[in-house]
Formats: sequence, structure tokens, C-alpha cells
Amino acid sequence: MNAEVAIIKTAAEAALAQAFSQARGRLPGDGAIAAQRAAAFDVFAKTGLPHRRIEDWKYTDLRALMREAKPLAAPPDAAAKAPAKTAGALLGDVEARRLVFVDGAFVAELSDVENLESGLTVGSLADSLSNGDPTLAAHLGKLAPASDAAVALNTALMGDGAVIRIAAGATIERPIHLLFVASAKPAATFVRSLVVVEAGARAMLIESHEGPAGSDYQVNAALEIFVGDEAHVDHVKIIGEGADALHVSTLAAAIGARARFNAFTFTTGGAVVRNQLFLKFDGADTVAGIRGATLIKGRQHADTTLVVDHVAQRCQSREMFKTVLDGEAHGVFQGRIIVRPHAQKTDAKMMTRALLLSERAEADNKPELEIFADDVQCGHGATAGALDDELKFYLMARGIPQAEAEALLIRAFLGEAIEGIEHAGLREALMDAVVAWLEAR
Amino acid sequence: MSLLEIENLHVEIDGKEILKGLDLTVNAGEVHAIMGPNGSGKSTLAYVLAGKAYYTPTAGEVRFDGKNIFDMTPDERAAAGLFLAFQYPLEIPGVATMTFLRTALNAQRKKRGEAELSTPEFLKKVREVSGKLDINQDMLRRAVNVGFSGGEKKRNEILQMALLEPRLAVLDETDSGLDIDALRIVSEGVNRLRSKQRAFVVITHYQRLLDYIVPDVVHVLSKGRIVKTGGKELALELEARGYAEYQEEVPA
Repeated sequence: MNAEVAIIKTAAEAALAQAFSQARGRLPGDGAIAAQRAAAFDVFAKTGLPHRRIEDWKYTDLRALMREAKPLAAPPDAAAKAPAKTAGALLGDVEARRLVFVDGAFVAELSDVENLESGLTVGSLADSLSNGDPTLAAHLGKLAPASDAAVALNTALMGDGAVIRIAAGATIERPIHLLFVASAKPAATFVRSLVVVEAGARAMLIESHEGPAGSDYQVNAALEIFVGDEAHVDHVKIIGEGADALHVSTLAAAIGARARFNAFTFTTGGAVVRNQLFLKFDGADTVAGIRGATLIKGRQHADTTLVVDHVAQRCQSREMFKTVLDGEAHGVFQGRIIVRPHAQKTDAKMMTRALLLSERAEADNKPELEIFADDVQCGHGATAGALDDELKFYLMARGIPQAEAEALLIRAFLGEAIEGIEHAGLREALMDAVVAWLEAR
Repeated sequence: MSLLEIENLHVEIDGKEILKGLDLTVNAGEVHAIMGPNGSGKSTLAYVLAGKAYYTPTAGEVRFDGKNIFDMTPDERAAAGLFLAFQYPLEIPGVATMTFLRTALNAQRKKRGEAELSTPEFLKKVREVSGKLDINQDMLRRAVNVGFSGGEKKRNEILQMALLEPRLAVLDETDSGLDIDALRIVSEGVNRLRSKQRAFVVITHYQRLLDYIVPDVVHVLSKGRIVKTGGKELALELEARGYAEYQEEVPA
């Protein structure tokens, strides 16, 4: 008789296992990809959904928060695609090349794939998987941590996504916008994207996620970015999911030498959001800014978990995450900076601040520094508190009504993070989104 | 009707009584100086007029232009024409000085039912006023009071006063921390605004400021009450003799 340990599965875990066994035969990719999927699902099956006894998921107990697993999304029909035509409104008049995904599937007719700039290649992951694109063998799954349950599920069930290559030395002026839209059907999507920016190239990526309120759809999105030596890459993620959605997304990047890399996450949507960033500085003398602004209210839960791994020497990273919480919202920030033994002269500073607008809101901050080199400058700071009454009084004493005074201070609080975005139009669009959030408060 | 009428005002902070029956009447066109030792309640008077939280009036009345100010929020008082120049102006990181000035000015105008100023009108007004106060464009571009010296912060208060054109300005130790040049610039800024329609309450420790801003009336505040009122010569007397006699002979 086998001495197998019977693992008690939750309904969601059982449904995911069933979804994988039913879908594995028709998911795109050759034998090697199928093996990669199976191995990833094994990782997930062993641990199940992450829960609070797993340190990295301590504050976001997915086993409790994810009561059921939605069925895998069906290919979008015309009705599902219709709302995507007006999606991305938050970006205002920021001009960008749109690649549109509805319920996780690339929609060519809504996307802008004509007149590609010289050096730019874009395609869909589903096509790349089906065609045996050699880019995948070299890059897919090389950056996102395989042991992470959310990444493992994504690898097992990835259906589509973007595959983008930017040739060495190419400057792509126009931002590339990966626009992920959920239709009204409450389904699960697993999107996986891969971006390879070769040496000396310049590009800006916008990744946005949105969907209707009233639908408890589930999104698991992962993006791996390879940043070559002397490349300059900006990544801005906008998590504007519908109010009842569950969103888990992962950004994994490896950054070469003398490069510039900026990542920004703007979160306002979703019932449960987990935003993971795994960034590795592989080459020396790189400068990076990792920032974020989160505005949540009601019973929203938003977790940003960041791992910055300084492997090479003389890199500079600045991490700044700001969260505004109202109602009974729960904000989480976990930030870990690792400085490896050879990463001398690393200069890393992490700051996380939470502004609580309600006494029932909760903010958990967990900064960690793991330093194995002896000649470094590293620091972190974390604050959580209410709006400063003295400042509010000063503004009101000048005739500014209370609500306007609060809005001014909240905008200033978030502005410190948003100012780090290099694209002026995008900065303005996000500040406008902040104003809209404040007005709807 | 007087512009400001304070009758038998009692004010507590955290259950401790600071103002204990203060009376003061200020008419339009007048400059009143309030002098007194540390802890006499000078700043409490300034803050309670502006409407700071936790400065709790327990008895008495304050009428501004005939209206009970305790029915008004701080921003309503400001829009009605009450201005407090803070003893310690606050730093507001992330809020540009120009944004702050414009938001304040337009909020007040809006509340009074006046049209908001256009950008060129606003810039013209700021340029007119800031030049006279030796405030340069660089200061205006920075966040409110962030990185300002003590003197710059006080000049910035006067700039706000000049832009907002209040009917009653309360200056809370605007002279503290100023060198003689800054004192002159600030005083000239105040004097330019003196008019028949406008009144000032100048709170200070020292007579020095009153050489520049010459008051019509001088009051001595001690232990939460006005204990003596006189003309501008009273300030000189206080400078020569100190406050000791007033601290001892407070009527029971």
C-alpha cells in the first residue's frame, strides 16, 4: 500500500487541478512546453494556494481569499470584444501602440500592429508557443521564480500574452501598451508576456488591466523583461480591475550593465490584488527607480511584494511605494533588497509610506534588507499615519475647504512617487486618475 | 459696528483654561498690538480666532463683522476676511507655492461668489506683491515653505496676506526670528496694506516691531486677560520696565 500523504485540497485548488487536467491537451506549445507546464503544475500541486503560514504570502492568504477557481476563459466573441474598444481611458491622450487582449486572448483587429518601428517585433504568445518560436526556449520562465505558486500556476496554464523584441540600439519612441480587458463573464485568465530589449535599445511599456464591476473574474498575469546592457526601459503597470476582481500579477526583470530601468505600478482596482516584482541587477552601474502608488477603499486588499536583487556592483536603486487607504481597505507592502557578496558599492534606498484616511483601514509594511557585501549604502524607511492635522489647518486657515485641503495633501503625498515617471503625459494621466479617485471618495 | 468684538472669552486646551475672560474690540482701520509675557495666551488668542481644533471656547463671544465666528469653519472665517500670519509657518512638501496661493485665493473668491482669477491675472497679482517683499521666482516654484529660511517663511506669510487682502489680519509674532532687514521688509509689507477698511492685531513680545508698524492701541495680555490698554507709548514703557508688574497684579 502506498504511504501517500493525502493533501486536503480547497474547492479552488481542486478546481484548478481539474482545469489543468482538462486543458493541458489543448493549451498551445510543443512537447518541451507541455513538460514545462506539467512541472510547473507539480510545483503548485505540492504547495497548493499560498496561505498565511508561507512568509511571502503572510498578509495575502490566497487560500482564504480565493474561495473558488473560475473556469478558464473561453475565446472572446464579438460581444466580449466590444467593451475593449473604449478601454484604456485612464491613459487619456497618451499616444501608444496598443496590443489588446480580451479575456486573456490577443485580439489582432483591435490592436495596432501595422507600421512597426524598425527593430520592433511584436506577436502573441499563443502564436509563439504554437510556432516553436526560439525566443521562448531561450527566455520563457528564466526570470519568474518557478517556486512561487502564482508564477507556477501561470506557467502551467498560460494561454496567450505578448512577445516583444526590441533589437539592439533601436529607440522605440512610441510607448507600447499591453491592454488587458476582462469581459463580463466571470472567468479565469492566465496571461504570460515576454519582452526582450537588446543592448542599447530604448522602450516604454505600459501594461494595464481593467474589467467590469460586478464580475468576480480572476486574472493571473506574468511579464518577464530582459533588459540588455545600456538599454533604457520604462514599465508602467496600471491595475484598474473591476471592483470584484481578483488580480495576481508578476513582473520579473533581469537588467544588464549601465542600463536604466524604471518600474511603476498604479493600483486602484480589484477586490484582491497581489502585485509581485522580482528584479535582478545582473550588470554593473545600472540605475533603477522602482515606484508605486496605490489608492484603495471599501474592503479592497492590495499587496505589493518586491524583491530587488543586487548581484552586480555599483548599481543604484530607489524604491518608493505610497499607499492611500480609505474605508476598511487593507494595504500590504513587502520589500526585500538583497545585496550579493560581489555587489560592492550598491546604493539602494527603499521608502514605503501609507496614508490612512479611515481608522478602520490597515497598512502592513515589511521592509527587509539582506546585505552580504561590506561596502554598500542601503537604507529603508516605512511610515503609516493619518493626514497631518496641522497642515490641514494651515490650508483651511487660508480659505481652502476641508475636502479640497485633504485632496491637495493626498495629491502631494502620491505626487512624490508619480513624479518619478519620465513620460510627462503619463504622469498627468495618473494624477488625473488620482483626482478622479478623490472626487469619487 | 466694530470689525472684531471679543467679550469675556474663555478658552481651554486639553481641559486647561488659557484665556480667562478676554475682552477686545477692534475697529476697521485700527492697528492693535497685543504684548505680554510667555504663556500669557497670545498665541491661543490667534489660534482660536483662526479656528484651530482643540482650542475650545467655553464661555464668551467672538463676533467678526457681527457674526459669531464659532459658527464658522476655519476656511469660512478666512473667506470672510480673517487672516492669521502663523508664528511657525508650516512646510507642505509636494505642494508648489504657486498652486497653494492660487487654490487659496480662488477658494475664497468662490465662497464669496466672486469669479476665479485667470492664470494671467493671478500671475500679475503675484508678481506685483512678491517683488515688493523680495520674494523671487525660485521661492514661488518650490514647495510651500520647504527649504525656506525663517525669514523667507515669514515673508511668505506676508505675501499670502497681501494676495488674500483680508479685512482683519492677526500677526502672531511675525517678528520672531527676523533680522533687521527682514523685519523692515515685513513691516513695510504690512504698512502698505494699512487702510481705513482693514484692521490688524499684531502679537509680539518686543517693542522693536512697533517702531516699524506703529499701533493705534497697545494691550497687555497676562494670564489670559487684557490687563492694561494704552496708546503706542505703552509699548515703550513695557520695553523699559518689563512685564513683571502685570504678572503680579492680575485682578482676581
